[in-house]
Amino acid sequence: MNRWLRINPIACTGHGLCAEILPELIRLDEWGYPILPSSQVQEHLLPLAKRAVRLCPALALRLDREAK
Amino acid sequence: MTSQALWYLTRATGIVALVLLTGTIVLGVLGTARVATERWPRIVTAGLHRNLALTAISVVGVHVLTTLLDPFAPIGLADVFIPFGGSYRPFWLGLGSLAFDMLLAAIVTSLLRDRLSHRLWQGVHLLVYACWPVALWHGLGTGTDTRLTLVLGIDAICAVAVLGAVGWRLSLTGNPRLRTTGLLAMTALVLATLIFALIGPLRPGWALRSGTPPSLVSFIARRMSR
Repeated sequence: MNRWLRINPIACTGHGLCAEILPELIRLDEWGYPILPSSQVQEHLLPLAKRAVRLCPALALRLDREAK
Repeated sequence: MTSQALWYLTRATGIVALVLLTGTIVLGVLGTARVATERWPRIVTAGLHRNLALTAISVVGVHVLTTLLDPFAPIGLADVFIPFGGSYRPFWLGLGSLAFDMLLAAIVTSLLRDRLSHRLWQGVHLLVYACWPVALWHGLGTGTDTRLTLVLGIDAICAVAVLGAVGWRLSLTGNPRLRTTGLLAMTALVLATLIFALIGPLRPGWALRSGTPPSLVSFIARRMSR
């Protein structure tokens, strides 16, 4: 069951919580906005990815079922 | 005996709830200000804010439940949610129901946050800035222990913590109108609270003036004089 993490760049305000929760997938650029080198979420990171989605202060993260 | 235990529990949980709500607000404000250090990442602030809020609503739940179960004060289930309708200190108890409603709304919308629009969640969440002073006035107005030095001290420390956090947060905002309005509102609230406390619960005879049914007041007086 593959999932892809998506960031809504318009909603994102660069709080940076996601990178604290999921440093395996998310890095922050120099202004504190998230960068995803690869958006595919491996099985073992799925719980953390869900947590990042839930805790994003701007609700700017989403988990998708399909690759784009 | 059990009735006494319920009454003590109600009073104690009310005071503890104010302390927990204070901590929750301060952490929430720190979160919006994006405070973080190497050793205290933002996720700690966010997690603690959440857990403290859930602890607070649980303690408020005990506060409400013990008030209901206690046979001393005639308070019914409707009074828990609907403010100002009861027969026991209707206004001051009503402030508690109002604060409870606002807290409940803030927590339920937060638990469902990923299903709501961000603006709706935020709009409801802003209610907590009203919830806190309303809860404080509920405590000042109907708290049995309001006049104890310890309780006044706790109230003062909590007020300073919230005022400090919110004032500091307002100083960071780039919106000068919000800053001015916020600081003016805070000053007005502090003055109103001080004046109310001095002429209200801190002066003798408050129990009657606050709207306690006279039969209960004489009952307490009889019990205390024994």
